[in-house]
Amino acid sequence: MYYKLNHRQYFEALKQGQLLGLKCGACGEITAPPKACCDNCAATDLEVLNLSGEGEIKSYTVIRVAPEGLKAPYIVAMVELAEGPWLMGNLVDFDPERASLELIGKKVTVGHKVVSEMNYTAGEGVTPTFTMVY
Amino acid sequence: MRKVAITGVGMTKFGPTELGLNELFVEAAAEAVETAGINVRDIQSLFVGNCLGDFAEGQANIGGFLASELGLPPGTPATRFEGACATASVAIRNAWLWVASGYYDTVLVGGVEKILHLGTSIATRTFAMASDSKYEEFSGLTFPGVFGMLTHMYAHKYGLPLPVLKERMARVAVKNHRHGAKNPLAQFQKEISVDTVLNSFMVADPLQLFDCCPFSDGAAALVLTTGENAKKLASKPVYIMGVGQGSAGALSRQKDYTVMQSRLASVGQAYKMAGVGPADIDVCELHDCFTIAEIVASECLGFFEFGKGSEALETGETALGGRIPINPSGGLKAKGHPIGATGAAQVYEIVKQLRGECGDRQVDGAKIGLTDTLGGDAGTIVNLVLGV
Repeated sequence: MYYKLNHRQYFEALKQGQLLGLKCGACGEITAPPKACCDNCAATDLEVLNLSGEGEIKSYTVIRVAPEGLKAPYIVAMVELAEGPWLMGNLVDFDPERASLELIGKKVTVGHKVVSEMNYTAGEGVTPTFTMVY
Repeated sequence: MRKVAITGVGMTKFGPTELGLNELFVEAAAEAVETAGINVRDIQSLFVGNCLGDFAEGQANIGGFLASELGLPPGTPATRFEGACATASVAIRNAWLWVASGYYDTVLVGGVEKILHLGTSIATRTFAMASDSKYEEFSGLTFPGVFGMLTHMYAHKYGLPLPVLKERMARVAVKNHRHGAKNPLAQFQKEISVDTVLNSFMVADPLQLFDCCPFSDGAAALVLTTGENAKKLASKPVYIMGVGQGSAGALSRQKDYTVMQSRLASVGQAYKMAGVGPADIDVCELHDCFTIAEIVASECLGFFEFGKGSEALETGETALGGRIPINPSGGLKAKGHPIGATGAAQVYEIVKQLRGECGDRQVDGAKIGLTDTLGGDAGTIVNLVLGV
């Protein structure tokens, strides 16, 4: 296999509570979610490693008009992990009506949410969730 | 590479229509062929942009059907291109290459989309398909969401109070509606106020309804031919001076996307090929799918320093009559955004501007124009420099 970590393996680990990434043998940078090559230098000398699941919010939005199959409102956020990569996911256990720019820079931990198969999703998905660290 | 000219352009009115995908495209194509002063049989190849025909009308493989509708001979290749909202511009860049290379002399290129009948929920879902399907779509990210997050990131990065940024963003919508009111093909030909924007419902924080372009149906098409051929025709040719296209992966991999690297690369290619820079551009049609999108694009294209683009909405520099008029057509915001057609409609406007045919919305003496089309969350970006 060309892939050191494919999306199903990444999802299954996330479901077990483990966030995985790839460490580049060429530049040392971490890539997550997985990809065929390093996000930083495109080298393919990659090794799977466990990530801490700690990070901070870089931006967010509250989705109030949802796509077919989902129910609004919910918060989508981008988080920078302690190891460097950014992740897209949902900020949970937080009232969307309280969301403000104050969220940017706040510390979070990564969890997961299983999303049932919807039209055109090729099976179920797993998305990272973020919970505030107080 | 040979010089390539645009000799004919056509465009339908954007907005609700009873016409189907094929019919819409043919309406625009027929006008392009007629205004180019050629016969449809002069077309050696057809390049068509269409993004969501599969979901909207159950129609894949649209190329052959369009060739048939137009009466092109069986030996005429007809190829569909897709690059989300940059779909038509991807098709145009490819069509340009086939003429520039010397393989064809005359080709037809354009784009079409029909989406309004799907309704907001399914349309939002199909648009979201242009985000990363494995690692980002499952979060329920929508396109207003992509640009909502961008707005928050931008305000935080540059230390702009959100209410100040929001009012300047509202002024993007006000300006583009003012321009659109002068465009008989625009979906919305009605002026709005800052209050219209700030009182509209929230779609994806902090973007309100009037920060967003509409869903639209429509088509636009162009005839490209050699510089030599163009000299023989009656219409004033507009030349494709430079082309550029960039790519990017999932949004989280792009990290800080207030500065889109794929756009910097793309417009850099286009400027270099044309031998011009931002100061040489007289008129620009750029991708204002959301109000914040116009501001970040105007910075990446080199018209303003990073973090300063929103100030232009207070000085009027980007309005008709300003230093660098942006979106005189009304932009995606007011003209409408049939995603597969948008790039061709941007070129349509620039061609008309450079020919001096824009009436009330004419940019006086425009000689060089730029288009900017963004596909997905910056996964595909195309820029074209046009000149007379």
